[in-house]
Amino acid sequence: MSSSRAAESLLALNQQEELEDLPREYPLSTSEDEGDSDGERKHQKLLEAISSLDGKNRWKLAERSEASLKVSEFSVSSEGSGEKLVLSDLLEPVKTSSSLAAVKKQLNRVKSKKTVELPLHREEIERIHREVAFNKTSQVLSKWDPVVQKNRQAEQLVFPLSKQQSIFAPIEHVVSGWKARTPLEQEIFNLLHKNKQPVTDPLLTPMEKASLKAMSLEEVKMRRAELQRARALQSYYEARARREKKIKSKKYHKLLKKGKAKQALKEFEKLRKVNPAAALEELEKLEKARMMERMSLKHQNSGKWAKSKAVMAKYDLEARQAMQEQLARNKELMQKIQAASESAEEEGGAEEEGEPFVPDVVNEVQVKADTPNPWMFRNHSGDTKEAEVQGDPEELAEPAAQEAPESEEEGPVVAEEILLKEFKERRSLRQKSRLNQIAKPVGSQEAKDLSSQEVLSELRALSQKLNRESHQSRKQELSSTRTVLAVQREEPAGEEEEPLLLQRPERARTLDELEELGKKGCFQNKELPRVAVEGQQLERNPSNHLGVPKEKKRKEQMIDLQNLLTTKSPSMKSLAVPTTVEELEDEERDQRQMIKEAFAGDDVIRDFLKEKREAVEASKPKDVDLTLPGWGEWGGVGLKPSAKKRRRFLVKAPEGPPRKDKNLPNVILNEKRNIHAVAHQVRMLPYPFTHHQQFERTIQTPIGSTWNTQRSFQKLTMPKVVTKPGHIIKPIKAEDVGYRSSSRSDLSVVQRNPKRLSIRHKKQLKKISVD
Amino acid sequence: METVPKLGNNVPPKKDKLQGKKKKPRRYWEEETTQTAAGASPGPPRKRKRNRELRPQKPKNTHSTKKSRISKKPQVPKKPRERRSPGPQRSLSGAQDPFTGPAPVPVEVVQKFCRIDKSKKLPRSETKIRSRLEAAEAQEEEISVKAARSELLLAEEPGFLEGEDGEDTAKICQADIVEAVDIASAAKHFDLNLRQFGPYRLNYSRTGRHLAFGGRRGHVAALDWVTKKLMCEINVMEAVRDIRFLHSEALLAVAQNRWLHIYDNQGIELHCIRRCDRITQLEFLPFHFLLATASETGFLTYLDVSVGKIVAALNARAGRLNIMTQNPYNAVIHLGHSNGTVSLWSPAMKEPLAKILCHRGGVRAVAVDSTGTHMATSGLDHQLKIFDLRGTFQPLSARTLPQGAGHLAFSQRGLLAAGMGDVVNIWAGQGKASPPSLEQPYLTHRLSGHVHGLQFCPFEDVLGVGHSGGITSMLVPGAAEPNFDGLESNPYRSRKQRQEWEVKALLEKVPAELICLDPRALAEVDVISLEQEEKERLERLVRSRPPRARAFLTPTSCPHHVLRSAVPCLGSLFQVSLLSPPSGLRSRHQASLPAKAKAEGPQLYSKSGEEEEEGHG
Repeated sequence: MSSSRAAESLLALNQQEELEDLPREYPLSTSEDEGDSDGERKHQKLLEAISSLDGKNRWKLAERSEASLKVSEFSVSSEGSGEKLVLSDLLEPVKTSSSLAAVKKQLNRVKSKKTVELPLHREEIERIHREVAFNKTSQVLSKWDPVVQKNRQAEQLVFPLSKQQSIFAPIEHVVSGWKARTPLEQEIFNLLHKNKQPVTDPLLTPMEKASLKAMSLEEVKMRRAELQRARALQSYYEARARREKKIKSKKYHKLLKKGKAKQALKEFEKLRKVNPAAALEELEKLEKARMMERMSLKHQNSGKWAKSKAVMAKYDLEARQAMQEQLARNKELMQKIQAASESAEEEGGAEEEGEPFVPDVVNEVQVKADTPNPWMFRNHSGDTKEAEVQGDPEELAEPAAQEAPESEEEGPVVAEEILLKEFKERRSLRQKSRLNQIAKPVGSQEAKDLSSQEVLSELRALSQKLNRESHQSRKQELSSTRTVLAVQREEPAGEEEEPLLLQRPERARTLDELEELGKKGCFQNKELPRVAVEGQQLERNPSNHLGVPKEKKRKEQMIDLQNLLTTKSPSMKSLAVPTTVEELEDEERDQRQMIKEAFAGDDVIRDFLKEKREAVEASKPKDVDLTLPGWGEWGGVGLKPSAKKRRRFLVKAPEGPPRKDKNLPNVILNEKRNIHAVAHQVRMLPYPFTHHQQFERTIQTPIGSTWNTQRSFQKLTMPKVVTKPGHIIKPIKAEDVGYRSSSRSDLSVVQRNPKRLSIRHKKQLKKISVD
Repeated sequence: METVPKLGNNVPPKKDKLQGKKKKPRRYWEEETTQTAAGASPGPPRKRKRNRELRPQKPKNTHSTKKSRISKKPQVPKKPRERRSPGPQRSLSGAQDPFTGPAPVPVEVVQKFCRIDKSKKLPRSETKIRSRLEAAEAQEEEISVKAARSELLLAEEPGFLEGEDGEDTAKICQADIVEAVDIASAAKHFDLNLRQFGPYRLNYSRTGRHLAFGGRRGHVAALDWVTKKLMCEINVMEAVRDIRFLHSEALLAVAQNRWLHIYDNQGIELHCIRRCDRITQLEFLPFHFLLATASETGFLTYLDVSVGKIVAALNARAGRLNIMTQNPYNAVIHLGHSNGTVSLWSPAMKEPLAKILCHRGGVRAVAVDSTGTHMATSGLDHQLKIFDLRGTFQPLSARTLPQGAGHLAFSQRGLLAAGMGDVVNIWAGQGKASPPSLEQPYLTHRLSGHVHGLQFCPFEDVLGVGHSGGITSMLVPGAAEPNFDGLESNPYRSRKQRQEWEVKALLEKVPAELICLDPRALAEVDVISLEQEEKERLERLVRSRPPRARAFLTPTSCPHHVLRSAVPCLGSLFQVSLLSPPSGLRSRHQASLPAKAKAEGPQLYSKSGEEEEEGHG
């Protein structure tokens, strides 16, 4: 704003100068014909006076504009006043002559200009100059602001200010600046460029790598389609399975089984032709089935079902037949396999007859195909399953184990099923990764799982039937415990695999048993923890009841004491050394003695409380009594100042801050200041800080080498300014920080003396101000 | 797969003109450029492209800017920079660093080294202060990260006994442990049968290398217990109450029947300090070079061993003092008294810093753990209690022992040993910072005599027990800190190193008066004197101003209400006195002031009013 004002005034100055110049050039203007028109003027005046009488143009007192010889008493000049000289009138006679046109023009110009302002005061001008100079200077100086700011904030300044250090550049950047000079090099480079090979980076770019890794669009599409198909198939299959499950006709099921057995036979036949090794494996399975039969004697009419049938057998033909069948089956199974063909037939029969059995075998082989010994194998499978339950990483290994059975099962299983299974496995894999996040109660989940899974894959269902049967009894036992467990444990989601689910109850039971065992053991081992906990609670109590009377606390302690007296300490047990047993016997005596001690300690507490009270009293600020006995009253022996006066002159001490041990009944804390330590404390706040907490926060980190690593110690104790010995520290220059030098020079001029500005500078300033 | 450029069968592209006709093989870098230069004319971009192809690795800056001037496209120099920044830096071989940047540091380790207490709310601060605070926090973060990184250098890990499924570790006897450990460790278990000279007190040097013990009947010996090399063995022909190493193993303080004696490692008596008489317990504060002694006469005396002066002699007023321990965290001395209290002492204060009622009977033993957070006490009421020392002084856990513990000792890692008759029990906590749980002992051991002194050896998993039958050094796995600071207390240091350390330690000696309950309080501003100084400054300011101006200069934040009330009254007085004749000025002034003061209230009578009068009377 000030600059604009200054500009205005300068403009005025300018005009003034011009005006000053003008009269010198044209000295004569109006004084040419002064004398001749006196009479006329008088006449004119008279006329005007008359015309002004009507009120509109009142007679104005004429002012004396120039010195004249005679001054009329009417304050009218000799030439007459109020008369105006009009320039155009003067020029009228020479109107035609063109030589005066220039003059006229100039006069017109002058006329158009308003009256000239007075030249400003010297002080005013100086002030303006100062202002302008200040603005200019500050503007010029402001370019140093960032530099100053940077230097102030810099952690360390090294003088003389060194040049920018060369930036650490990776070798490629250095190399890329390198140019091929020799013809050989040039040739190589040409070749490289022709092939558009990356020169410095011979390997794949990250982009290329990424694109290598990524799937093509078609692939993605294919995969998606596959997934969709699988999903559709699954739902279709599920629906079918549900429908089939509902069919109650025994005949239908029989036929189904037969059909399956036939197919299996066919498959086996095929397999034998195509892949004898696989067929042999199949045979091995049969062998294993035989082993199992011999082991378990399942079909020897010894089971529950068989016994019930045996009762019925006398009257019921069917029952008899069934028993016969079972016996035959037993025989069949027990038979040693002589030839491949026979075994094949047998297998067919087996499938036909005791369908639950064969899949069982198959299933078990799935899990552990390479161990021929069934004794060994059961443990193994159990182990793996346990591992599955325990953790994810082990579970990840599990699908791999399942892939093996897939290849083996291909015989009896339809292609669709394989697909389905594949899909399912994939899904389960995915879920396992998510396993940790999902937690669902098993109770509700399991039933659903069972149904869905049953439908899902027939082979699975078949294989697991047996398993389930064997587990059923146990399940019932454990149902209650499982529900409890379900709440506690996190369980994988719906599509968990069946064996896992089946295994769970078993596992749970083992866990439960362990826990129970542990508990029992604990109970047997230690009866004390309960007491100890009680003791702790009691100990904690005093802190809770803050202002609670001490008697209560004492009582609690008594109880505590007696409680603990009756219990044995574990250390005694663990020691199990004869001398401690003697001590045990002495317990009675000990107890009595202790109680005595406890009672003796009663006054310990009282003493302590008394001491504390005294300490509190001593630390309280005292009231000041300012009464002067005898002031304004009668004085003398035995006369006391009145109560009113005392009250008036008693200065109540301000309530101090609450004691730190107010809420700690068993502690007396000293509230006195440690004067010696205070001498080492900071007692002044350094400049920018306004509150002591702010400053404290900045000095909380220790800087000594005891608490810091060497590197951080060095950094923390780094000096703010470092000077190189033997180097001249020159003042900072504009060039140093990347400015042109010219701006600096005019700054120096301005700075020298703003008063003695040369004309050139004045003009410059003006120009600036106008701009 | 198709999108990937096949490097092998790529047709070598011809010159620019030819490229225009053919369908160019697309490369990863071209894709971007064509997209960006889609709207531009075909000429310059291609040129630029070619330029880039020549130097795909981003050549020097100057070059590209020059090109950009030619092509008149302002984005050109920007482009490569943008491309370069997101990708990781690659080396010449094209191998990428799979772990770019500095290695990550676990947060909890960093947290351990952070010392700025951010729980306190700060008042609102302006930007300048805030930037300072931020800088301080950033600095702290940086150095704590560095410290956390250096944790890597702590190679040793503590070991512990673990019972096989439910087996009680307390049932494992020393013989089993000795059998299981290596020969070197097994050699650390030994018994010294010294039945002749009564119950023994013992002390390990700070490095854990040397052991000194003194028998009640005058037997004093010092030895390098690891190598079993005897340094000296004397009989002082007087009852020995306590024995302690001073800052190094070369000096030995022995509290004898009458006075305190100091011996060197040859067994030569260097000093007999008669000002400390009838000492029962000794304690050495290593960083302050103070030897604290508790006497039968009830005095706690601090002796500065570096200059040989008694710094403070404090009367505890609690009768005979025979239970003393130090808090290694803040060098506060804990004294146990017969009235069931434990008092905390500093040489700077005549009164105890705190008194804690711990037991209903007298206190029998006190021990403080190395972090200074827990104190274990045992009393005549047969209780063993663990107190929290962080401000609350409340018992954390308590337990009644059949006999009560007569001696207590904490190990470096927070194991608690208690001597009860001829049995030593050791309890362990869950972690390092947790208090020992008193439910189940970690180890127990039966000795041939009654326990008289207990101390864990620093930096060795060994507990030294002095008893009536001699000395027993028993193995306690997991007791000591596995990593020692080689500059601070190096068990393997040579004589030269020891001397150098001694000089350094003396230079870094902490003044005795700095001992206080919370050593971090020293890093706080002394608020009281700060306020006092502020007040005084304002007062001075008021006095230096002319009286008229004072009326405006009433201190806003000054709690000194006396000043505020006095100032206007004086101002008015001055005006009045100007009107009156100069001769009567002084008398009037003097006469009127007390009257005014009375009217104002009694506080004007105080000093400040008089001062004002003197200044302008």
